Amino acid sequence: MNTLTRRHFIRSSSMGAGALLVGFQLPALGDSPKSLERLEGAAESLMTDAFLRINPDNTTTILMNHAEFGNGAYTSLAMMIAEELPLDWDTIRIEAAPTEKQYYSPLFGEYLTAGSVSTASSLIPMRTAGAKTRALLIAAAAKAFDVEESTLTASQSRVAAADGRSLTFAELVPVIHAFKLEPPATVSLKPASAFDVLGKPTRRIEGRDKVTGAAQFGIDVKRPNMLYGSIQRPPIFKGRVKTFDASRALEIKGVVKVKAIDAGVVALAEDYWTAQKAARLIDVTWDLGDGDKWSTEGFFSEYRALSNEPGMLAEDIGDAERTLAQHPDAIEAVYELPYLAHATMEPMNCTAEVHQDRCDIWVGTQYQSNDRTLAAKTLGMDESQVTIHRTLMGGTFGRRASKTADFVVEAVQAAMGETRPVQIIWSREEDIQQGGHYRPLFVHRLKGCVDEEGFPLAWHQRAVGQSIMQNTKHDPAYMVRGMDIYSLDGCLQAPFGVFPYGTSYQIPHHRIESHNPPKVGVYPHEWRAVGHTHTGIAYECFLDELAHLGDKDPLDLRLHLTKGHERMHALLTTLRQVSGWDEPMGPQRGRGVASRIYSVSPIANTVEVTVSDDGQYTVDRIVCVIDCGFAVNPLGIESQIHGGIMLGLNAAAMSAIDIEEGRVLQSNFHDYVPLRFHQMPKVEVHIMPSDAPSTGVGEQASTAIGPALANAIFDATGQRVRQFPLSRQGFTLKG
Amino acid sequence: MKINVNDRVHEVTASGDTPLLWVLRDHLHLTGTKYGCGSGLCGACTVHVNGVPVRSCLLPIDQVNDQQVTTIEHLADADGSLSPVQMAWLEADVAQCGYCQSGQIMAAEALLKTNPDPSDEEIDTAMQGHVCRCGTYERIREAIHIAAKQTNSSGGAV
Repeated sequence: MNTLTRRHFIRSSSMGAGALLVGFQLPALGDSPKSLERLEGAAESLMTDAFLRINPDNTTTILMNHAEFGNGAYTSLAMMIAEELPLDWDTIRIEAAPTEKQYYSPLFGEYLTAGSVSTASSLIPMRTAGAKTRALLIAAAAKAFDVEESTLTASQSRVAAADGRSLTFAELVPVIHAFKLEPPATVSLKPASAFDVLGKPTRRIEGRDKVTGAAQFGIDVKRPNMLYGSIQRPPIFKGRVKTFDASRALEIKGVVKVKAIDAGVVALAEDYWTAQKAARLIDVTWDLGDGDKWSTEGFFSEYRALSNEPGMLAEDIGDAERTLAQHPDAIEAVYELPYLAHATMEPMNCTAEVHQDRCDIWVGTQYQSNDRTLAAKTLGMDESQVTIHRTLMGGTFGRRASKTADFVVEAVQAAMGETRPVQIIWSREEDIQQGGHYRPLFVHRLKGCVDEEGFPLAWHQRAVGQSIMQNTKHDPAYMVRGMDIYSLDGCLQAPFGVFPYGTSYQIPHHRIESHNPPKVGVYPHEWRAVGHTHTGIAYECFLDELAHLGDKDPLDLRLHLTKGHERMHALLTTLRQVSGWDEPMGPQRGRGVASRIYSVSPIANTVEVTVSDDGQYTVDRIVCVIDCGFAVNPLGIESQIHGGIMLGLNAAAMSAIDIEEGRVLQSNFHDYVPLRFHQMPKVEVHIMPSDAPSTGVGEQASTAIGPALANAIFDATGQRVRQFPLSRQGFTLKG
Repeated sequence: MKINVNDRVHEVTASGDTPLLWVLRDHLHLTGTKYGCGSGLCGACTVHVNGVPVRSCLLPIDQVNDQQVTTIEHLADADGSLSPVQMAWLEADVAQCGYCQSGQIMAAEALLKTNPDPSDEEIDTAMQGHVCRCGTYERIREAIHIAAKQTNSSGGAV
């Protein structure tokens, strides 16, 4: 095709699909209305695959079946498509894939973004989608240009022939229809050596919307004629409304209705401020049940006592009990970790629009299949009548994967019986104080001894805390012989249940026991890195205690214990170099280390601190090394490490949720204190070069930072902190 | 009452104690300004009032009067070209979840107006009221330096 014809093509393509075909001398289509109809349809758009749609303006829509909450999933998944289907990156459009089985996580069998597995589980499906679409477009171009497929090249959302002729992907859509082309059943994917996109530092695909205010979070949803709802929740979790008097609330101009729902009493109004004012004025009498008898002090004391009792046996390598009994110099320690709130920057919210025969829900969620199931149940509808429109999320850290779909169900209940859509927004106080979903409180009792050379010989640990998974839909998958594998993640040397990894350490005698006491009080909930958020501190700090007992350098000790684990050993060797571990520290300074494996990826970090005599300290330097297999997006990985480190540091340094008589004492950022700019040092991130299969990065960095910090404080002061956070033991992060 | 937002006068029907934040979000549908704490503790709701950064969650609408309110939506030019600070944010790939970034950007814009080339320490001090839970502080510092360099080399104001 010469230049003239090319121009002709562009002109005619704007005239519709029928005209478009003229320039190509396509086989006679006849006047069959069916053929014409197909061509008209082609001018709309074409789903070439469940994940891909080519649009008439030559943009490409990717249907994302993993949620975006800062994790970078949208960018990584787009990179996977673009690796196989050469797209103009700027013309990629993002759409949240609907709640249909074909979009469920192949790993979980549910529509769930969790467990730091989005990248690993998406690489093959997304690349295959891209490759099949590429093959389809190449086949179409071969027809259009009447050349061999092998002579064609695709780049920048366009296919070009050797003679210079080219067509955009959108221009090829009518050709696909005309020839009734189908994507091939199988395709071969590019070898890693030919990657153009994967492995290259790539900026966030939705980045622009996040600097202009255009990004749509759940809280930003506006529906025509929408009401805003604020809920007065019970002062203790799981309290129920007995009676209420809304007369004062209803006096406020703009208040439309006040009614009781399971979560409390909701005020519906024309704007959120009015709803919130009204909710606070409702006079509610509560049925508190037995909810006012729980306290964190009570739990700690009960669990401490329980840690003296034999628990369920999770792992028993060698004979730890006998070995410890034979070593009078064995040491024992108890580590105590408090409840933690997630405190996402965007408080929970959900918008529901209930019609007679269907319901639309707009929500930022990690877990939309479960949300839909529970919403449908609440509505008495079939699941097919409920549509979840997933938005971006202003953080989650696990909170937005709710097994109870709490923030969705309450919005649906509030909207039921209303002719107008309802948006429920939680205040920060509701989020921190009344949400009732926390990282569970844990007590770990550990005993250990060292051999004649000073290396750990025996280890006996009992973990005591409420199960997250027990009596949920994830029981029994995450319960092994009655034990919640999340309660023990990062304690066992051998793989446990569905977790195909151990600690990476080899201690000859290793016994791990578990107590999952009754699930009372608040809901134990996943929190970035889940079990590791407490097991990491207990295990890695006690390992430091054994290093001290055996007069070993803590990093030497870990290198010794990981001789049988090639990846962790190599990672720790790298950490020793890049962190300058062997350089001497000045007075009042200290350095700590910890290493963990979470969701298959090994990670380790060092922390350097300076501690004043009064216990005030600064974190001066953090060096982190991760081995996540092939690094799909190094820039995104670095972000995730920054985030995991910050959240873990924040928690270990100063975070706790306290409960007294069922009431949570903390309520906002003045007493559940976030880390601020000057408290957060630069984090040096090193990614181990690897061609191994990609593994997770989202939660890993929250695992090793807390213990490394506490170990650094010990290194500087000789004081061992075993009750967290550090701020309650006399160590205050300056700020 | 009337308020001037992003160089336009809007007629608003809201009770006088309504914080500017909720007027922007619920009445004008300018949702780029975010609710984070409602108590001036996190900075997510920061807007400019007469060019000065203000916590819109604490400013009742009846105290705004005829002051000029500027929100994140008004930083880019009408043709969509971004401000140097916004460009720097993209260059440094700052955002993760992105929820706090409107407030962070509004604070950075104001900082660079009074201090065109801030040090890390000056950035930390100016930005300390702004909370991010995702871990973007380091890249925010980097972005502010990029914006400062860009602005200073082009000789223009931010």
